[in-house]
Amino acid sequence: MTTRIALFGGIYNNYLALEAAISQASDIGVDTMYCLGDIGAFGPHPDRSFPLLIDNNIQCIQGNYDDSIGNELEDCQCGYTADRDNHFAQISYDYTLANTNDAYKMFLRTLPKELELEIEDQKILLCHGSPRRTNEFLWESTTPLHFIDMFLQRRNLDLIAGTHTGIKWHAQSKQGKFINVGVLGRPENDGSNHVWFTTLDITRSGILHEFHPVHYDYQRLGKEMQQEGIPHEFIETIHTGWWTTCLEILPQKERAAGCH
Amino acid sequence: MSKTDVNLALSHLDELWFQVAGTRCNLTCHHCFISCSPHNNRFGFLSREKIQTHLHESIELGVKGYYFTGGEPFLHPEMTDILIDTLEFGPATVLTNATVFKDEWLTRLRQAQDQSRYSLEFRVSIDGFNSQTNDPIRGEGTFNRAMRGVARLVSHDFLPIITATRTWPDNQDQTMLNTFSDVLKKHGYDNPRIKLLPTLKIGAEENRTGGYSVHQRVTSEMLDDFDTSQLVCEHSRIVTDRGVHVCPILIESPDSILGNNLKTASNAVFSLSHGACYTCYQYGSICSNVSTSRTPKGSGI
Repeated sequence: MTTRIALFGGIYNNYLALEAAISQASDIGVDTMYCLGDIGAFGPHPDRSFPLLIDNNIQCIQGNYDDSIGNELEDCQCGYTADRDNHFAQISYDYTLANTNDAYKMFLRTLPKELELEIEDQKILLCHGSPRRTNEFLWESTTPLHFIDMFLQRRNLDLIAGTHTGIKWHAQSKQGKFINVGVLGRPENDGSNHVWFTTLDITRSGILHEFHPVHYDYQRLGKEMQQEGIPHEFIETIHTGWWTTCLEILPQKERAAGCH
Repeated sequence: MSKTDVNLALSHLDELWFQVAGTRCNLTCHHCFISCSPHNNRFGFLSREKIQTHLHESIELGVKGYYFTGGEPFLHPEMTDILIDTLEFGPATVLTNATVFKDEWLTRLRQAQDQSRYSLEFRVSIDGFNSQTNDPIRGEGTFNRAMRGVARLVSHDFLPIITATRTWPDNQDQTMLNTFSDVLKKHGYDNPRIKLLPTLKIGAEENRTGGYSVHQRVTSEMLDDFDTSQLVCEHSRIVTDRGVHVCPILIESPDSILGNNLKTASNAVFSLSHGACYTCYQYGSICSNVSTSRTPKGSGI
């Protein structure tokens, strides 16, 4: 028997991409959908993502952004290191905090930090950044396979799924798999407009993953961002597919793949 | 002020450092915290074999990344091979003054990175945005030589992290960053990555500006509600030809040696009794490529 689940990474207020991803996942035929956190940030109209998540029974875990918004902290705890990146992150955070209603803040506050699933005898951990830290950036080019094995071994897992970096990747290590499921919130710095989610086909003999591109009305999103007064640097990313902010945290390989 | 009896254990060995070139450097910078120079042989080169042994040892410990420093690492005759070896284990970062590169080395390293799943980072030390500001600290002609090195790295598709030690007041950081950025762009580095570092008032820098006062120490009260993952010794160890030390900054302190192998040194706690610990506390993650920033904890490993 195969159980198929869909994993959505950071939504970043991109309710249009979330809507498209839910529809796509339903067409594919998934048994359950999960969101790995960071529902807010970057895009417009924070309150529009929540009804989609709740009405479609999407189980969410708490990202750093959700912890911050839910508890009305001073910043997003994204873990950026450069002043410019933190400047733009703060603009986005202040907007999202001001436009998220109290009921949804309560929803965010109560989310679990992680979910451990046992499906078809396979043990799967869903987390936001890493199993040890919600805002840890696990990039493909800076995450050794033996580092992944350490988590898999210590917690007796077959697969770990995370998000947080904004760029999907996967690794097969000695002990099992790590999947970064990508994000729905913004394109992944490759010059394309689409965003990504991941499905897992889980059987007793193993887990197969697949990354799915999500095409959505990015022009409408860009227009709404403009109407909401969101900085043009963010809108440019939605239109061009190249990141203009949050760049300093990127390692050599991932940075060199972009154009800024 | 309370007594400085603050001990800190390693939470996990994220960063494994190698003092690969000992204290040998082709430059004699006035602010060097371990007084490296062409004639300083207090610490010797690490052999490729010794590094291989520690790389293998690091697998079991789940090390996340490898860093190489000196002295000037590229004075080591096997530096290119050592970095190529390391890229089979994980991401590698090398701290260099960029004045001794050969194109052949960079070509090989670029090929090795292309074939590896991991990043190779170059961190290039430049301490002023022109000869007038850089050379009095790092030596005559070093600004132009380093800029040629940066251009060479960029021509091999590397994006070096330029590190500048803050020899100006903190409130001038943004101006200095902008100026550095403009100068690097003029030298062909279009999207420069820059990291500012605090000075550490030990080694040569102690003679230049005076050392730490007895009051500049980390106290237990200072660690209340403090994210200790900001401290280098919380997640790093460094191998020298004398053993495994607590952090790259304090290798000259006798109490910094914590053992002969990674496991022993990882299990040892360290007393934050040095003035440099105070700088590490103030600025956070000063030795990492990026800061770990404020850290909401997950559920633990």
